[in-house]
Amino acid sequence: MAHPAFKNLLLATGAAGVAVFLLTIQEPGYAQGGRGGGGQANQPPPTGKAAAPFDPTGYWVSLITNNWRFRMVPPAKGDYAVIPISAAGKKIADAWDPAQDEATGNQCKHYGAASIMYQPTRIHVTWQDDNTLRMDTDAGTQTRVFQFGKPAAPPGKRTWQGSSVAVWEARRANNPAPSARYLKVTTTNMLSGYLRKNGVPYGESAVLTEYYDLYQERDGTTMIIVTAVVQDPVYLETRYITISHFKKEPDGSKWDPTPCSARW
Amino acid sequence: MWRVARAAVAILVVGAVGYVTFAQGVNPVPEGVELTGNWVSRSFTEWNTQTKRTFDYLGIPLSDAGHAWTLSHSEEQLSEPERQCAFYSSTYFPYGFAPMPMWKETELRSGSTVAWVLGGWLDVVPVVIWMDGRPHPSQYAPHDAGGFTTGVWENDVLTTYTTHMIANLLHRRAPHSDLATMTMRFSRHADILSLTGRIEDPVYLTEPLYVSREWQLSSVPTNRSAVPCSSAFEGIPTGKVPYYLPGQNPFVDEVSKIWGIPQEAVNGGAETIYPEFRKKLKDKYKRPEKCVANASELQAGACGGPGRIQPVVN
Repeated sequence: MAHPAFKNLLLATGAAGVAVFLLTIQEPGYAQGGRGGGGQANQPPPTGKAAAPFDPTGYWVSLITNNWRFRMVPPAKGDYAVIPISAAGKKIADAWDPAQDEATGNQCKHYGAASIMYQPTRIHVTWQDDNTLRMDTDAGTQTRVFQFGKPAAPPGKRTWQGSSVAVWEARRANNPAPSARYLKVTTTNMLSGYLRKNGVPYGESAVLTEYYDLYQERDGTTMIIVTAVVQDPVYLETRYITISHFKKEPDGSKWDPTPCSARW
Repeated sequence: MWRVARAAVAILVVGAVGYVTFAQGVNPVPEGVELTGNWVSRSFTEWNTQTKRTFDYLGIPLSDAGHAWTLSHSEEQLSEPERQCAFYSSTYFPYGFAPMPMWKETELRSGSTVAWVLGGWLDVVPVVIWMDGRPHPSQYAPHDAGGFTTGVWENDVLTTYTTHMIANLLHRRAPHSDLATMTMRFSRHADILSLTGRIEDPVYLTEPLYVSREWQLSSVPTNRSAVPCSSAFEGIPTGKVPYYLPGQNPFVDEVSKIWGIPQEAVNGGAETIYPEFRKKLKDKYKRPEKCVANASELQAGACGGPGRIQPVVN
């Protein structure tokens, strides 16, 4: 008959063996990104709000430090620098007439989804519901709606802001950390509009893909960086990519709604 | 019997610890995303070509000292024999003047990343981003054009911090001091790399300057410097430093005259980067009737147009 203390030792030895076995089977699971990827089977996926890796809500102001002269003031007619405009696009832009836009109620053609984020503006971001992120702009008083999950209804009439589908996307498949995600927004169903306030067009077949990154600075500043990619097979020769900077503001005290303008 | 049991436990414990250590060394949790490749700078977000004007500080939050520097600065300084081969600053990367090949240097056995490297160009200094946790040098350590850069992965975004840059050019025509620091973030979305720089300078800037550039991955090797820089006579004799005395810079109002932009905007300053500044411009700005450029500027793409921007080969 074994000594009780010896029995304990045998038990401890067995436990250690089990621990090694568990470690052996745990490691590959971790490396394959088995954690945090998307909930258990038979459970509904988390809502857009619940899955958010960062808080996009609040008031944000654009910092116009790149391409100032194309964004802060309307450039000259015929100034198409840095836009991959096609021959068909140039034909439209060369015929640009702001008076006609005003007469036909199209003052907001430069405030559509494909260009609004590159403008000098403040944005106000809120959760409209658990799967709908809403963004208001004070420039042109526009409203964008980002829909997570399956759309409740098929896209309706075309609008300046189109229909936007949102997802929190991982940069790589094997990172289990939910925090390592950015907001990807794909927008279609837009009315044709202007990429620049001198008539450079995008058409109704254009697709806008946006990537929203949030950065926390050492001094407490919070920034959202928006990388926007416009694909337009008719009016652009290649993808048009822009990056915008938005700094978080403490409140809405500087919110200044201004109507669309075809000239300024 | 007791000795055997104790030995068995010891072997298992050592084995378990060893397994964990070995497993982490051989098959570590991957760090960050792959950034290796030839990144081609696109010019959509920030246009910096030879057609940019000499006195153009639009969108830069310059301090009074920074504004004073711009008034006295002569671009002919770049032709001084002593400066021709002096590298541009690391701040040139987020402005995106040159191609940006990236690769990582790894520890040979573990494979862990010791550093990422931003390849240099003829006059753009290469940057080594140390990823091994080493500290920045003392503030009294020597400075150079590239500075000293460390990096970490933050949510799969490569975040770097640069100190120890000598006083140099922020971009081709603006200053930064030797106290300037820069944070860069490399955020990859498929074949697009968004590089955002945050430049802080207590001397020449009143608030952090954010600049960004978009890059696309190319299968074609980027155009690197084929030969070392060598200086030649460009009209400025050795020892001469071109400059302008107060009130004598002939280029100050060039942008106002050509593009109708009020001088207060051209001078730069923090106020000018916020949307509300447009209210001050509305009654002063004169939109040119047409795109203004001379023949050589048109040749360089000053007004854009079809065929001006080539797709990236991937």
